[in-house]
Amino acid sequence: MSTSVLPEPSAALATGDAIVEVVDVSLSFGGVTGLAGVDLGQRRGEILAVIGPNGAGKTSLFNCLTGVYTPQSGSIVFRGANGHETQVIGRKPHVVNHLGIARTFQTSRLFNALTAFENVKIGVESRQHTGPVGAMLRLPRTRREERDSDARSTELLDFVGLRARANELASALPYGDRRRLEIARALGTAPELLLLDEPAAGTNPSEKVELAALIRRVNADMGVSVLLIEHDMRLVMSLAHRIVVLNFGRVIAAGTPEEIQRNPAVIEAYLGTTEGEREASGGSEGPGAGAGTDPGAGGEER
Amino acid sequence: MCFTQNFSNAIVLGLADGFIYALIALGYTLVYGVLQLINFAHSEVFMSGGFAGYFVLNAIIGTGQPHGVASFGLVVLGILGGAAGGGVIAFLLERVAYRPLRRRNAPKLAFLISAIGASYFLYNLAGKEFGRDSVSIPSPFTNGTVFTVFGAQVQTYYLVIAVAALVMLALLDRLVAVTRLGKGIRAVAQDAETASLMGVNIDRIISQTFVIGGLLGGAAGFLFGLSSGVVYTMGFTPALKAFTAAVLGGIGNIRGAVLGGLLLGIAENLSVTCIGFQWRDVMAFGILVVVLLVRPTGILGERLGRSA
Amino acid sequence: MSAAATDRVLFVRGLRTNTDARRLFACLVGGLVLALMTGPSGSASAPTSGFTGSILNPRVFGFLGFGAAIWLLMTVRHRFGDRIRAASDRVQAGPRRLFPDRRVRYGIYVVVLAIAIVYPMHLSSFWQEVLVDQVGVYVLLAVGLNVVVGYAGLLDLGYIAFYAIGAYSAAYWTGALPIHPFVHLNPFWAIPFAILAATLAGVILGAPTLRLRGDYLAIVTLGFGEIIQIVATNLTGVTGGAQGVIGIPHFSIHLFGIRYAWGINNLPYYYLLLGFVVLVLVLFRSLESSRVGRFWTAIREDEVAAEASGINVLKYKVMAFAIGASTSGFAGMLTASKIAFVEPGDFTVQLSILILVLVIFGGMGSLPGAVVGAAVLQWAPWYLREHPVLGFQQQDIYIYLGALLVVMMIFRPEGMIPSRRRKREIGLAEHGVGHADALSGTGSGPVA
Repeated sequence: MSTSVLPEPSAALATGDAIVEVVDVSLSFGGVTGLAGVDLGQRRGEILAVIGPNGAGKTSLFNCLTGVYTPQSGSIVFRGANGHETQVIGRKPHVVNHLGIARTFQTSRLFNALTAFENVKIGVESRQHTGPVGAMLRLPRTRREERDSDARSTELLDFVGLRARANELASALPYGDRRRLEIARALGTAPELLLLDEPAAGTNPSEKVELAALIRRVNADMGVSVLLIEHDMRLVMSLAHRIVVLNFGRVIAAGTPEEIQRNPAVIEAYLGTTEGEREASGGSEGPGAGAGTDPGAGGEER
Repeated sequence: MCFTQNFSNAIVLGLADGFIYALIALGYTLVYGVLQLINFAHSEVFMSGGFAGYFVLNAIIGTGQPHGVASFGLVVLGILGGAAGGGVIAFLLERVAYRPLRRRNAPKLAFLISAIGASYFLYNLAGKEFGRDSVSIPSPFTNGTVFTVFGAQVQTYYLVIAVAALVMLALLDRLVAVTRLGKGIRAVAQDAETASLMGVNIDRIISQTFVIGGLLGGAAGFLFGLSSGVVYTMGFTPALKAFTAAVLGGIGNIRGAVLGGLLLGIAENLSVTCIGFQWRDVMAFGILVVVLLVRPTGILGERLGRSA
Repeated sequence: MSAAATDRVLFVRGLRTNTDARRLFACLVGGLVLALMTGPSGSASAPTSGFTGSILNPRVFGFLGFGAAIWLLMTVRHRFGDRIRAASDRVQAGPRRLFPDRRVRYGIYVVVLAIAIVYPMHLSSFWQEVLVDQVGVYVLLAVGLNVVVGYAGLLDLGYIAFYAIGAYSAAYWTGALPIHPFVHLNPFWAIPFAILAATLAGVILGAPTLRLRGDYLAIVTLGFGEIIQIVATNLTGVTGGAQGVIGIPHFSIHLFGIRYAWGINNLPYYYLLLGFVVLVLVLFRSLESSRVGRFWTAIREDEVAAEASGINVLKYKVMAFAIGASTSGFAGMLTASKIAFVEPGDFTVQLSILILVLVIFGGMGSLPGAVVGAAVLQWAPWYLREHPVLGFQQQDIYIYLGALLVVMMIFRPEGMIPSRRRKREIGLAEHGVGHADALSGTGSGPVA
């Protein structure tokens, strides 16, 4: 039983403009219901934000979108720029990545003993083809691919503003830079859709501003659609083209930022009445902000 | 059908083997519950129990031929001796090969490698100190057919194993369910961090868990040695099979370890009539691979602490 | 009190702290264990004779003294560690600055190679044999296992099985097995087939099992190693059974006017082995710094992130297995052809673990580490046999190796010649950052 809300997603799908289409997805594990009949559609080129209180199922949704979890029912279809439609459910995460979906994690999962440059390079190289034979014999094609990936990695580091720290170990980077590095690595895999899981969590206000600018550049300059989970309402309201609100594993509202701010179901979900109204209209932090945790938390692993 | 010949015999033998596997498997499962790691060196705990039981009985019986009440006492002494040997080695193992690594927060691979090294060290040292030949434990009772059921002869030896195992299992059950230690073990198995915040001494619980596993494994070593003799390499194969049993039943689950042990023992003995004695070990290993690939959580697939 | 006196008092008082006392206890016990290991052996009928001979005996004081000396060194290092480290860093800084320089490095390689080519000619036949059978072959095995354990972070405890497959391939293709191939090959030309067979075995073993989490994988591979031995022993019709097969011819080449036959002389085998080892080292070095090597590092560091970044984790794990297996294929082939016979008893699990010790001791993930570790640990027991020290008996070698593994894990898990990256990872893991291996970080079940 789906709880589809406003007509916008369907309108997008009707014009063939959608990049991903989640239909009636339900997920439960260990007796806990993570998602209960979620419908969601994202248009190509838009920044879609998924918000909701702790435990609403946001990271679980991400995990379903990337093949980490397999939902018990429903369908997730990805439409690539080449027009191909592919069912995401049942595919392994690396296959999903090759389809064109990349992600970052709630707690940055970088390759800590490698440098920033190497981290990004791994993302870029996932699209290359050098195998063990080519690697051992250092064939011309291998050397060419290496030069290409070096160049592209430098470009990406530039794009996120980490060029200066390229040769530092990922573990040595300050928190905000780690977030950006993870985005750079994800971009290295040449995605059409980028999933950001709480990219601003734990960052200070000036880092947030830079992050927002970066996300806008990713969307506008690189043409990458962005699906982001966030708790910082101000950030969400300023960045997102549209917002989807989850609570208890269901979609309770979807629409433009203005519509969401005024939506009574959303306000109620967050806190109650008057206080909620104040918060939802752009207070500094939503009630669920900070280290939000879903039942599947640390949850990428389960 | 090849396995219906000697069917009842296979069952009886299977249960006897199964109880031994179960006792060893419990050691694996308990440690796994609190550490989320397979204690690779558990095979040497088993071996130590075998030798300890041997020394105890050898000292007391020598060349005698006990029977009656004396037999009963000797069996108990042998089991206690074996258990003590296993317990001591398990305790030392935890202290020397595991605890220093836990202190340094070492990566899990390090624990495995350390356990492998400890296992290597222990059984080769036993070979050096106690000789490399197999020795038989002087029998504390005269082995004979006690009764026959469905055409299968139940020997004294099988009865001893079954009774001893059942008693130990009952004690373990009580311990885990009722005592403070048992609650501590379940708490640590479920969530070590919270348990320590609630005042549970993690180090002590882990150490005691090792010891309990060692007591059971050591007793199993003695029981196994009664019929198969004791030799420094005796740990490897039974322990591997017991591990299979633990996984089959559901690693981390006590009842699972017992169930897995019995099932494995029976399956092994049933298959021996079909595929021949020399392929017996391959069969057990085959079961391991199949279980891990098809249903890795095992039959009762749940962890020690959780009820749901 | 003067400052110096205060310092002295504090030093002495400091000595009585709990950790120092514990360390002393541990060192003394370690000394006792060493005494036990190097002492006389016992037997089942005289179980205490080993103990009494080793410990209840004046020699024990030497070992206790040794333990106390180690404690002193450890305590001093603990206390003045920073100053010592700074001094040693200064001393090492000079040569270390030179080392990364390409020309210096290649110069060193050339010198080492020259020594490796010339020196064995001056060795006695006995030592040449040790060089080939014990050192050379095991260097090759260690380099192969290093790919699996060191690069990909997977624990394979049945690695000897690939060596067995190489050896039995030699027997098969030269017609020494009860079953015959459609064409009999000269063992030299059978080399690629042996390598291929081992590599394929790596793929076949790896594909289903590499989904498993690290410690489960270890047990499964352990069982697999056992199984290979059981199969070889019992499939008499195929493998010649427990007695093995004999009559495998030595290598020989008849090609383009070049005729050469290997005989029983050790040197030609040595040079063949050396050539192959050098080739493998060059290839693996390139592999290490390539895209594949980086993916292995990513998988080791964080499998989930690696998979999310588009790396087909299973594929690369199987690749590591297969590539690691290939060197053992050659090693098995070489040994079989040289010794001219193969039997199942040669392929014990004990040997798999031995190779693991060689890799760990040398340094996981480090090519020079694998080579040096294997060479040192394989040469040492033979040297000690000829020049006995402290009652060392060669049959006890595994006791030492087991203890070495535990000690290495506690004190120097990165190995004697560590790969810089591995050392970093282990250091980071100890401070709670990352996991440094393919074992942790993914839930509680057997499947990764």
